[in-house]
Amino acid sequence: MTKINQHILTCGGTGCRASESKILAARLKEELKDSEISQNVKVVESGCFGFCEKGPIVKILPDNTFYTQVKPKDAKEIVEEHILKGRKVERLLFRDPNTNELIDESKSMGFYKKQIRIATRNCGFIDPENIGEYVAREGYEALGKALFELEPADIIKTVKDSGMRGRGGGGFPTGFKWELTAKSESDKKYVVCNADEGDPGAFMDRSILEGDPHSVLEAMAICGFAVGADEGLIYIRAEYPLAIERLKIAIKQAEDVGVIGDDILGSGFNFNISLKYGAGAFVCGEETALIHSMEGLRGEPTLKPPFPAERGFFDKPTNVNNVETFANIPAIINKGAEWYASVGTEKSKGTKVFALAGKINNVGLIEVPMGTTLREVIFDIGGGIKDGKKFKAVQTGGPSGGCLTEKHLDTPIDFDNLLAIGSMMGSGGMVVLDEDDCMVSMAKFYLEFTVEESCGKCAPCRIGNKRLLETLEKITNGNGTMDDLDLLRIQGGVIKDTSLCGLGQTSPNPILSTLDNFWDEYVEHVEENKCRAGQCKSMLKYVIIEDECVGCTACARVCPTGAITGNKKEVHFITQDLCIKCGACMDKCNFESIELIA
Amino acid sequence: MSIVCEKDKLQKQHQLRIKEICQGFGGEHSELINILHACQGYFGYLPAEVQEEIGMQINMPVSKVFGVVTFYSFFTMKPKGRFPISICTGTACYVRGADKLVDEFQRELGIDVGQTTGDGKFSISTLRCVGACGLAPVVMVGDKTYGHVSPNKVKKILKEYKKEE
Ligand SMILES: Cc1cc2nc3c(=O)[nH]c(=O)nc-3n(C[C@H](O)[C@H](O)[C@H](O)COP(=O)(O)O)c2cc1C
Ligand code: FES
Repeated sequence: MTKINQHILTCGGTGCRASESKILAARLKEELKDSEISQNVKVVESGCFGFCEKGPIVKILPDNTFYTQVKPKDAKEIVEEHILKGRKVERLLFRDPNTNELIDESKSMGFYKKQIRIATRNCGFIDPENIGEYVAREGYEALGKALFELEPADIIKTVKDSGMRGRGGGGFPTGFKWELTAKSESDKKYVVCNADEGDPGAFMDRSILEGDPHSVLEAMAICGFAVGADEGLIYIRAEYPLAIERLKIAIKQAEDVGVIGDDILGSGFNFNISLKYGAGAFVCGEETALIHSMEGLRGEPTLKPPFPAERGFFDKPTNVNNVETFANIPAIINKGAEWYASVGTEKSKGTKVFALAGKINNVGLIEVPMGTTLREVIFDIGGGIKDGKKFKAVQTGGPSGGCLTEKHLDTPIDFDNLLAIGSMMGSGGMVVLDEDDCMVSMAKFYLEFTVEESCGKCAPCRIGNKRLLETLEKITNGNGTMDDLDLLRIQGGVIKDTSLCGLGQTSPNPILSTLDNFWDEYVEHVEENKCRAGQCKSMLKYVIIEDECVGCTACARVCPTGAITGNKKEVHFITQDLCIKCGACMDKCNFESIELIA
Repeated sequence: MSIVCEKDKLQKQHQLRIKEICQGFGGEHSELINILHACQGYFGYLPAEVQEEIGMQINMPVSKVFGVVTFYSFFTMKPKGRFPISICTGTACYVRGADKLVDEFQRELGIDVGQTTGDGKFSISTLRCVGACGLAPVVMVGDKTYGHVSPNKVKKILKEYKKEE
């Protein structure tokens, strides 16, 4: 057998695939085929590297060279220069935007320096479609250990001692949940993996499933053994076709090897895993709603207790955990509770995966120890705000969370700290906003989402959120009064207190937190009819800068309402009464002669 | 009853296909969502007649089937265009200007979100995060993903498909 001494890893995640990374991988293979060393170099399509902003990524091992924004046409140069001649292709290396320095290996990139990868330990390192690569990195060792060296009670104790808390949003201690399920007497129990990932703008779970599906399968089997379940179900969103495909391949391979299925590794323990599909309903991420959806019903939540651990899928005890929670488990079993508990803060152990998005330089997926500050995440790892703008806020916790500001930047991130400052951990979405973002519009954006996604079962959420949205719209339309600001608080409070499930109990959070942190901005909207970020359309005017307009007529032609008039080669004019403020003229103008004024 | 005459509208072959799909899932009520996914995959949408046939096959009141179809946004009762346009309005795309893209596509095609053009070619829908947030704002046409889309690029994207018959 020939020895493979170089690996070319290309990102095969959804983001990079959208930028032709699959074609790139094929090209690289093609280029290598004809060279004399093709036997020694292997092209691997791995999972997400996290650095999505500059995708597609190509990483070359063993020297860790990190190429960014690689196009299929670059394949030839990479093979000819780097692989054959050992010369790095400088033009594709990452350039640090702050120091302007060329960085030739991933380890010295600010983006990776502060990260510790536990849940995403294999993402970007292995071919997710090849179980052999997972096994080569301690894969399924934890399952072997669990089955042959540990008793179910030992496993539960280890998970408890590790201090692991659920990563799906609630932060419920995982070991306790497992214990509860283990103690529930029944002839049949289930283990469910919650891969519904409803928070828009978050993609942690997707990346784990695409990049390292076996870690989730292994953890589910360990959980099954610990709680006494012989069947696992993964509830996954239909919007994630690539993750679904990779899971199917992984399940098949695991069954073929005998690590999933009947009599696993000859231990006598049976555990089968199948997939259930979501169909686009955010509330189905809530565990009771998820269970009803898996039963083929409308995904409406029910009151807890009884908890799923007592009565869940078809009324049998069901242990529901999030994807990222599961992805941590094999590492905890392998390395021990103490090791895991040594990372993180006092009450939140381990790491957390965040999806950084919005107005930030390095959009992508990161994993940091609990206790890292928001500042480190946004500025050191995230590379700061895009286009040199000013940081305004960071939203965590998705539609259930809140907006944090400058003054919170040095708070160490963990479950309890985020709650204390009026937001929450949530599943890990982190959206960064800059000075161009209107906080009132942002609150409205989240509320529109909730109103759309409310299942309608309970009145406070169904009707209350609608009323809340109307009040907010009144404000963004320029018709708000100071009384409306009070009303927002009252309505929000009632919805939180009286809703049936977590959706309604948290839906007013984006509003309440922006009211707390950006009160001035609300007042400006109401009293001065002004939106300082220039996002609330009703408060703005598009005008033509007379000195700049060359009379090219482009704006007049694109205007859908005929609000722009003027002859060729003469200064044009916008009739404000006709203008619907769509902004088409401004986008069209090549001379930057249209401006938006408050 | 309406079920009988409505059912007659479905061609025999389609009826058979639904039967096969339902049987493939053992006719289980708990498999309804998977059955609906399969049927939408085959028909492109889930008109009333299809829902009725599914109800008959798995012995479930049509009202319940309808209740499930309308609950989930992934299921649609209206046919989509041959080139369905999905604009991501997830948070990452929203803060990078997805709402402007919605306006632009609506204007270019003269239809609203949720509608299909008269020639059946294009339809517009919005969805919440396709997981390519690094490329925000993102638009999908069929299975193809376009990243970093600006309103200026909308015409160009549409042109690619307008030539195709
Ligand atoms: C409205 C709502 C949406 C939720 N969405 C998700 C989700 O998308 N993914 C998830 O893992 N948990 C979600 N949860 C949390 C689950 O109900 C549940 O707590 C979690 O799956 C338990 O797993 P964990 O203990 O591993 O976190 C959601 C909860 C609520 C109230
Ligand atoms: S928010 Fe649009 S792809 Fe994630």
